[in-house]
This record gives sequence, C-alpha cells and structure tokens, in this order.
Amino acid sequence: MDDFFGIPAPLLFGQLLLGLINGAFYALLSLGLAVIFGMLNVINFTHGAQFMLGAFVAWLLLNFLGLGYWWALLLAPLIVGAFGVVLEKTMIARLYKLDHLYGLLLTFGVGLIIEGLVRNEFGSSGLPYRIPPELSGAWDLGFMFMPVYRGWVVLVALVACIATWLVIEKTKIGSYLRAATENPALVQAFGVNVPRMMTLTYGAGVALAAFAGVLAAPIYSVNPQMGSNLIIIVFAVVVIGGMGSILGSVITGFGLGIVEGLTKVFYPEASATVIFVVMAIVLLTRPAGLFGRA
Amino acid sequence: MAAPGGFEGTDFRQERPVFMGFTSTQLIAFGVMCAVLLIAPFFLYPVFLMKVLCFALFACAFNLLIGYVGLLSFGHAAYFGMGGYLAGHAAKVWGLTPELSILIGGAVGAVLGLVIGWIAIRRQGIYFAMITLAFAQMVYFFCVQAPFTGGEDGIQSIPRGNLFGVIPLGSDMSMYWVTAVIFLLGFLFIHRAIHSPFGMVLKSVRENEPRATSLGYRTDDYKLVAFVLSAALAGVAGGLKSIVFGIATLTDVFWTMSGEVVLMSLVGGLGTIFGPVVGAAVIITMQNYLAEFGAWVTVIQGAIFVLCVLAFRRGIVGEIGNWLRVRL
Amino acid sequence: MTTINRRALLGTAAAATTLPISALRAQQAQTLRLGVLTDMSGPYRDPTGPGSAICTQQAVMEFAQRLGVQAEVIQADHQNRPDVGANIARQWYDQGVDVVVDVPTSSVALAISQIAREKNKLFLNSGAASSDLTGPACSPNTVHWTYDTYMLAKGTGDALARAGGDTWFFITADYAFGHALQRDTTTFVERAGGRVLGAARYPFPATTDFSSYMVQAQASRAKVLALANAGTDTANCIKQAREFGLTRNMQIAGLLMSFMEVHSLGLETAQGLLLTESFYWDSNDRTRAFSQRVQPRMPNRAMPAQVQAGCYGATVHYLKAAAAMGAAAAKADARAVVERMKAMPTDDDAFGEGRVRPDGRKIHPTMLYRVKQPRESRGTWDYYNLVATNPAEEAFRPMAEGNCPLVRG
Repeated sequence: MDDFFGIPAPLLFGQLLLGLINGAFYALLSLGLAVIFGMLNVINFTHGAQFMLGAFVAWLLLNFLGLGYWWALLLAPLIVGAFGVVLEKTMIARLYKLDHLYGLLLTFGVGLIIEGLVRNEFGSSGLPYRIPPELSGAWDLGFMFMPVYRGWVVLVALVACIATWLVIEKTKIGSYLRAATENPALVQAFGVNVPRMMTLTYGAGVALAAFAGVLAAPIYSVNPQMGSNLIIIVFAVVVIGGMGSILGSVITGFGLGIVEGLTKVFYPEASATVIFVVMAIVLLTRPAGLFGRA
Repeated sequence: MAAPGGFEGTDFRQERPVFMGFTSTQLIAFGVMCAVLLIAPFFLYPVFLMKVLCFALFACAFNLLIGYVGLLSFGHAAYFGMGGYLAGHAAKVWGLTPELSILIGGAVGAVLGLVIGWIAIRRQGIYFAMITLAFAQMVYFFCVQAPFTGGEDGIQSIPRGNLFGVIPLGSDMSMYWVTAVIFLLGFLFIHRAIHSPFGMVLKSVRENEPRATSLGYRTDDYKLVAFVLSAALAGVAGGLKSIVFGIATLTDVFWTMSGEVVLMSLVGGLGTIFGPVVGAAVIITMQNYLAEFGAWVTVIQGAIFVLCVLAFRRGIVGEIGNWLRVRL
Repeated sequence: MTTINRRALLGTAAAATTLPISALRAQQAQTLRLGVLTDMSGPYRDPTGPGSAICTQQAVMEFAQRLGVQAEVIQADHQNRPDVGANIARQWYDQGVDVVVDVPTSSVALAISQIAREKNKLFLNSGAASSDLTGPACSPNTVHWTYDTYMLAKGTGDALARAGGDTWFFITADYAFGHALQRDTTTFVERAGGRVLGAARYPFPATTDFSSYMVQAQASRAKVLALANAGTDTANCIKQAREFGLTRNMQIAGLLMSFMEVHSLGLETAQGLLLTESFYWDSNDRTRAFSQRVQPRMPNRAMPAQVQAGCYGATVHYLKAAAAMGAAAAKADARAVVERMKAMPTDDDAFGEGRVRPDGRKIHPTMLYRVKQPRESRGTWDYYNLVATNPAEEAFRPMAEGNCPLVRG
C-alpha cells in the first residue's frame, strides 16, 4: 500500500510536489513566450537572457541601491520590461513583415550579446542572493521538508498566470489584443494603435521573464548561463502547449513539471530528455500542440 | 511572407547555364574558389584552412535545406556530431581507412536524417525548427550517455590513417588536399542536386507548397530526400572534421553548434551557392583570431546575427549578387 | 592586456640594449614563449581564466630577469571545447610557443597533452582534474601541477569517513568526470569503513533544479552529502541543500570546489562545507606574500585560487629548469626540460617545497578546509578553517597504482 513500484509513497508525493514547483517556473516562462508569440508572431529566443537579466537586476538593486527582494520583485520586471520595449521598437518591429524565422534569429543573436556582456562584467561563477527573511525556513510536512520559499513561488506563479489570463480573456485591452492577433489591419482601422500594443505586449512578456528571474534568484545560482540552461526546455513546453496559447502554456508548464518530477524518481538520467520525448509525441499526434489552434 | 533564401525584389539578369548548371558568373566564382583552394595552403596555416573547409561543407549541407526548401533546421548538430563520432570510432576502434570512416559518418547522418526527417517534415516553419531541435537534444543526451562517445572527453587521438590504405595522411599538407577534394565533391554534388529537376521541385516547394502539391508532386517525398541528403552531407563534414583533428566531442552535437551553422549560412547568404562557404570562412576566421578576447567572441557573434538580420538579410554573397544583379 | 605585456617585454629587450639587430634577433629566437590556454568565457572563468594568465605573467616578471632568461606570455580562450583548444595549441606549437599552461577541463587537457607529445613541446597543466593525465594517458611532455580527481576524492572522502561520516549519499553529474569522482571517493569511504547509501545521477548539463535529489538524499538518512560535480552545478546544489534544511543534519562535501565558488555563494550559504585544496592564500607567510603581490593585478582584485597559483608555481619551476639548461636547449627539446624539472626539487611561494614525480605528477601537501561561519570571517577573502593536512607523499595516487606507461619500466 505504501509503495508504488518500489518507491515509498511519501517520497513520491514529495517528488510530485517538487515537480509542481518546477512547473511553476516553466509556466511563468512559457507564459511570457506564449504572450509574445500569440501577438507578435516572434519566437523570443532572448527569453532566457531576459530571465537571467531579471535575476541580475535584483542583485544590482540590492548591492548598489540597497533595495531588497520585495522591491526587486516590482522593479526588476519594470526595468527589464523597459529594455524589452526598446528592443522591440528598435529591432523586432522591423521584422514583422518577414518570415518568423528572422525574428528567431534576431532574438537568438540578442541573447548571445546579453549573455556575453554579463559574463564579461560579472564573471561566470555566479553571485550570491539570499532568500528574504520573511520567506526563509521550512515546513515539516512529515514526509519531506518543504521550504517556505518554494511554496511562495508556486503561489505567486499561479497568481501571475491567472492574472495574465484574466487580462487577455476578460478585459477590453485583452479583447483588442486578441482581435489584433487575428487581423491587425482591421483593428488598426478601428482606431486602435496596433504597433504600440505590440510594443507593450513584448514589454509585458519580457517583464514576466524578468519576474521569473527574480523569483529564481534566491534558489538558483545567479549566473550568466542560468537562462540558457532553462530556455530550451521552456521552448518545448510552449510547443507542446500550442504556440501562443496562454492556457496551454500554463497547464503544460505545470504538467510537464510533474512528469519531469516523476522521471527523476524512476529514471533520473532521463529527466532532461523526457520533455523532448513528450514533445515529439505531441507534435506527431496533435500538430498544433495540446491547446493550439491549427 | 518571404521565406528565407527568397530573392524577392531582386531583378536578376536572365542567365543561361553554360556548364554543369553554372551560369557564366557562377563559373567565374567557382574558378576563383578553386584557385584560392590551390594557393591558400602555401600562405595560410593548413589546419586552419581544413577547419574552414569542414565547416563550409557543413554549412552548404545546411543551406540545401533552408535555402532551397525553406526549412530551418535547428538541429543539424545532431548529424554533424554523430557523423563525427561514428567516423572517429570507425577509424580508431575498427581501424578502417579514412575514406571509409568518413563515408560511415555520412551514412550515420543519412540514417539519422531519415528517421528525424520523416517525422519533422510533416510540420512547417517554427514547428519544424522546434522539432528538429528536440530531436537534436535527444541525440545529444544519447551521446552524453553512450559509452563509446567517451562522454565529455570525446573520442581522442583518432588516427588519420592512410587514404585507401596506401597514402599516409599524417602531414597537414596531404590531409589538406584530401579535405579540399572532399569539400569540392560535396559542393558540386549539392550544386548538381539543386539544378536537377529534383532541385526545381524543391524550389517550387519553397515558393508555394500547395501549388506544387496541386501539380501532382508528392512534396513530402521531395522534402524528405532533401532532408536526408542534407543530413548525410552534414555527417560527411562531421566525419571529415574528426579525421582531420583526431578528435570528436560533445560540442559538435550541442545545440549551439546548430546555431553556429545557421549563423554561417546567414552571414554568407541563405540560398546562394557560395554563401555558406564565405560565411564559414568569415566565422571560423573570427573565432580563430578573437580567441584571445574570450567572452567578447560571444558578443561579436551575437552582434553579427543582429546586423545580418536587420541590415544584410541577403548575407555577404547575396548582397554582392544583388549588387551585380546576378545569382551567385 | 597580453599584447601590452608582450610589447613591454619586447620593448625592454630592445631598449636595454644597443646590440646590433642580428644579435637582437638571436636573442628573440631564444625567448621562451608561454601560452596560457584557459576558459575565458565559460563556467570556469573565475577560478582559472584571466587570473591564470596573470599568475603566469607574475612568475615571468619575478623570475625571468633574475634567472637571466627572456620569456613572454600570450593567452587564448579554449571555450571548454576540445577541438578549439587542440586547434589553438597546435597552431601555437607550430608557430614557436614552447609551453601551454593551465587548460582547465580535462577533455581539452587530454587532447593537448597528446599534441605536446607529438610535437615535443611542453604542457604545464594546472586546471584539469583528470588523474588519467598522470595515469594511462601520462606523457613525458606533461607536468600536472595543482590537483587531480584522486587527490580530491582522497582529501575529502578519507578524512571525512575517518572523522565519523560513515554513511554517504552522492549527487553526481551523469558524465565521466562525475562518475570518476564518485567512484574514487567511494573507494576511500569504504576503505575507511564507511558505506554509500545511495546516489542520484542527474543529466548534465541541463539541470538547474536539484530539489528532487535533495529530498532523496534526505530520505536516505546518510550523514554526508557528497557533490560529485563542478562549477555552477555545485553552487546550485549547495544553495538548494541549505534551502531544504539538509545542512542541519548532514555534512556537505563539495568534491571539486574552490575558493571562487565559496566566494560567489557567500559565507551565509557556504558555511560549514568541507572541501580539499592544495593552495589557500592565507596558509602561511609565503602564500600570503605571493597573494599580496599578485592581488592588485587580479580581476576584481580577487585573491588567487589554487589553479591560478598552480600556473604560477609551474611556470616558476619551468623557468628555473629552462635557465639551468640554457634557453636554446630548452626550446629545442621539451622532453629534456621535463626531465630536468623532475630532477630538480621545486620551491615556490605558493606551494613551498615539493617535487615532480617521474609520471609527471607534482606533489605537495593538500589541505582539508571547513568554510567559516560569517561571524568568524575577518574580511572578504577570509573563508577557511584548516581541518587536516595530508602530507605530499600520501596526498596523491601512488605511482604504482596509476598505470602510467612511463614508470612501468
């Protein structure tokens, strides 16, 4: 009764829970990607670098302005989002008329530049960032230790996902957005400033990445390659969920976190590959992803 | 939407092929390239030149897909790297001659390309890029795990051996000539394929796939053949590289290698015959001479990506061709 | 930076003399050229990288003139890619570089050791950890200076198991290096009467979250959590071990960790860790003197880490051997230089007195350190308390066990 395939039940529950936490990061990151893709039709390969920038901005705020975690949670997304706005205005906006692939290549290049610059400035072994005292400590759940901070991450990620979904599905701005995705010319004709909306959407997507970066700073090593390690997996999440589908990316993010968590129990060596296996299967059976429209 | 490699808005002079599908301008360019291949080793470091040639072949193989079928593969490192591993293994462990080892590399690329391509060509655009990336990641993890690849040490001290079992390739010069010949054969093969009726169908798929289908072509079959050819040549390039350098490692299967080959083709000019060669030469030269500056190499590579996408989408060769109003 | 130094050196050579040009050329032809090939852009940049180049230059600045030889230092980035590294080394050797120095990342080092042997040039390795370099892959052209996997495994595994840490759990990077580290450490733990209760192998690279393994480690109820990985993976593991409360009842041992990783984690997170090093700037008067001399030129004014100090020590010893033979002879035959290096006792500020064994292994004492608590630390670079010292003759693998063809006779 207590065993599932030789794994004690408490350990399994623990792993499921941890999977869910990782899923929160996947969901938050893929959400930003999905928002950007849905609106701009751009695969934002800079996402990993922007996630990393979020964490570095948090560190800079702490060490140069003395602003702690809570301020960083607010300011870092704004700062990095503003950078995203500049990026969109100066570069990405020039590519809308071309094939998607150019957007991918451009953002890939920007990602390389950011990563290289940060590495030159801060080295590669990482910077320290502490868990805020309010959230340190852990709950003893009996079957495992549950750090308070991890619980916080899940909570915040869920809130952010739901809020984004509400904005897009239930507000007027969201309806413009959805309409502009379908037919930008028509929406423009109704007097909506579509280019500006696109800029702001990109900024918002980037801000979400930076937000995830700040959340990650206390638990992962803050180093230049922290984003590029994660980004490939997040791409897989977005593709599985269906490119541009908000709901799809959130559900898939959490779901894949759990799948990965289970793999770590039964066959840890494969935990990085399992997501790609799922992706191949999904693409073969449902070409547009689980929640995407073909 | 303009597919990469398309030449929208360029008003080419109508040129007839004069020899083997080359137009007269292309023939001149080809002559120049051959001349450079002949003279360069007497002035430049031959090992460096061989590296350029290996990557040039790899980029040409990649360009066959993106430039002429309009498919962006983001996982070409898989074929390049696996070709390298198997060729290295064949030469070192099985003791095969270099030309056989390189052929085995090509065969591995082809088989892998057949399996992955069969699945990937059902999707277009970004999905295609993503699925090739996903499979390349799986291949990468296989290489990390499999004992014969030697993990992060790679397969080291692969012997260059004797060509056909007779001609020793130990000296850099003799190895260079072999490399140059293999590169030229690969280059001409791709050129021939593009200018065959098969290549014409491929281009029609790039321009307008539904139309090609409605004309009665089974476009998926054409795409698959192109995919397999491209993967096989990437495998040959990988095999050649491991024979030349005596080493096959994980970097050749890692996804950044897939990014690098995109960069080379993009810099040189997608969909041009000579573009990938020029692109490979530029990028390898840069990596070689900027090695001293460490992390700046990444920054500069990124900047070149950005610059090419924003300002020189045709790439170096494409821009020259556009300026001269000829296809290169 | 390099170019300036190279020019400065050439400049002094030119200015100091009114020799006719031909004599100057002859002198230049006798300049010993050292190329520092290291990780300038990747995960090992901080503990090696520019600092390794600076420490090598420090050795040249302090000793070249005193010994009456001329030497210059150049540097390049191998990007942790064996093919890139091999390419640069080949080109350097072909174009007059006599010695390649440092080379973190074992795969690159193994490739370069072979090239050095093929071209009869010299390879002073400091940064790579594979003990194969003085084992099955040993070479008459290679000297392995700072550390290796055997010594790290022994330094931590043996001492900890003897001190009562008799049950172990490993978190291992799933590739050859991680496996080797786990295997070697297990040998010492078991030899000392300990047991390994379990191990989790995680995919490398591509893993940033270790929480799952932390929970598995906790469930094993082992006393020691050993991290058989390196770089940012180790840093992530330590951060998350603290987060999941493992530090309360487990001793954490980083099997390949250095000073710079402790610095980047911060003492708050890293306190209490055990790790083995062969150099720490604050060991004795000589190490302090060396570190203070070099610190002003280091990136971010950091204290040198063990690999960087190793570049210094190895270069000093090389210069002494080359000067004893005469620069022309040293340039002509690297194997003879290595013979000379093995015959002469070593002595430098960073590592004190020691020797180079016939298999190419440099031996010196190694130290097991415990990372200080934040309140114990007296300043930015004051991180370690000494736990135990392993004497030179015992710290490294006995030659007979190494399977090095050079010493099997």
